[in-house]
Amino acid sequence: MSPKIFAKSLDLTFSTNDGPVHALKDVNLDINEGDFVSFIGPSGCGKTTFLRVLADLEKPTGGKVQINGVSPTDARKSRAYGYVFQAPGLYPWRTIGKNIKLPLEIIGLSKQEQNDRVERVLRLVDLQDFENKFPWQLSGGMQQRASIARALAFDADILLMDEPFGALDEIVRDHLNEQLLDLWRTTSKTICFVTHSIPEAVYLSTKIVVMSPRPGRIIDVIESTLPNERPLDIRESSEFIAIAQRVREGLRSGHSYE
Amino acid sequence: MRSLASICVVIFALIVVWYLSAFVLNTPWAMDKAKRAGIEISSKELILDTWSQEKPKLPAPHQVGLEIWKTTVEKKITSKRSLIFHSWITLSSTLVGFLIGTSLGILLAIGIVHNNAMNMSIMPWAIASQTIPILAIAPMIIVVLNSIGVQGLLPKAIISSYLCFFPVVVGMVKGLRSPDKIDKDLMHTYNATNFQKFWKLRLPTSMPFLFASLKVGISASLVGAIVGELPTGAVRGLGARLLAGSYYGQTIQIWSALIMAAMLAAVLVGILALLQRFTLNRMGMT
Repeated sequence: MSPKIFAKSLDLTFSTNDGPVHALKDVNLDINEGDFVSFIGPSGCGKTTFLRVLADLEKPTGGKVQINGVSPTDARKSRAYGYVFQAPGLYPWRTIGKNIKLPLEIIGLSKQEQNDRVERVLRLVDLQDFENKFPWQLSGGMQQRASIARALAFDADILLMDEPFGALDEIVRDHLNEQLLDLWRTTSKTICFVTHSIPEAVYLSTKIVVMSPRPGRIIDVIESTLPNERPLDIRESSEFIAIAQRVREGLRSGHSYE
Repeated sequence: MRSLASICVVIFALIVVWYLSAFVLNTPWAMDKAKRAGIEISSKELILDTWSQEKPKLPAPHQVGLEIWKTTVEKKITSKRSLIFHSWITLSSTLVGFLIGTSLGILLAIGIVHNNAMNMSIMPWAIASQTIPILAIAPMIIVVLNSIGVQGLLPKAIISSYLCFFPVVVGMVKGLRSPDKIDKDLMHTYNATNFQKFWKLRLPTSMPFLFASLKVGISASLVGAIVGELPTGAVRGLGARLLAGSYYGQTIQIWSALIMAAMLAAVLVGILALLQRFTLNRMGMT
């Protein structure tokens, strides 16, 4: 089976006033269909940049990257992925329901189909009573769920998530992590998930990509041995702790304090 | 309640300053009159005289108020001496000019935001256009348009739109460029067309900017319409009233036309403010 997403000696250099910044250097990665991949590393390690390259929001300066066997631009044009940003990014003049309809209007789905999908994804993220509320009437966690619902309504089989729960408190985060795992199991999507929380990465992923800054590169790729069924208390198991330990070591080895 | 009180205090203070200024400015003429008549006047008579002259340097508030009352309520609207009639003449070219100016302004802003060549080329001209005194260019516009057979309301409306389009262009360029990066990135990931980006993102984001520029635009339009009446020997409109008043030294008439124009502007801006509140409310953007 050919990989769903693959990157081969991918380079991306930003030119700034202070000279070139190597955001990504020689990144090689295969992601298979149905994988839940976490990207973890300190800020500046290029994890977000890598996701943005996949989404065709940044152009690589070297190497090769393919999604579903085509370039990121073609993948974007065929609407192969849904993207969830760090901030909810809901349009304030649209109600929650209308925000979720935004991509559906752009694709040009029928009103009936739009309504069906909105109803379905709102149920998935447990927001069915909030369709006609404006974003500011919702809490931060609910807004982020709405933005995930929007990406899900798009119904692409790849979900790119850039630290979607970074700004949320621990309790809400646990809850959303559980919901996200549920979603992943029931929809069998391929998910790329950027985070800087080790427990979050280990808890969610089938594959953990540990990255390091200056230049942004991959240090370690860990295939998780945890089962797909993951109750929250799996985080106390010795297996979980062992994986977390390996992630931590990877992060430490990549971090230079010169 | 407190804001109402503070508004009243400010108005009261203005009226006091106005009466005092009227007394100071009109005193020489009152003294002059008394001297020529060879009579002594008491200070009470002096004060009353400065507030009731026929052609004062600065008419007192009640004189202006009375003049407005006489030329609005007590005159038929169709009368040449009705201030409402003249206001309507000015208002009609203001509104037509506003419509032309804002449409032009919004279209130019859309062009500037979407097209780099327009971005580089239009703005300098728009700015240059505003450095030319409107009083200098207004007669030219009237003469040129008259020579091709266009007269009446339209030339004045065009002078209005000349003043009005600029704040709309500036405001709307800013407004259409105001969406956050993340909002634009989102549209990019949906592979939205430029039209979809405009209609579903840029235009809604620009709404607060649009209303701010419309408010500036409509008052500029009113100024344009009045200025357009000045150099043309117009006999109708608030500008004509100002001009006629200054020919014959009818300061009370001038001031009543000025106050009328100010009230007209206040009403127009007020209507836009209501429209703004209603629109932004419906958009959940209060």
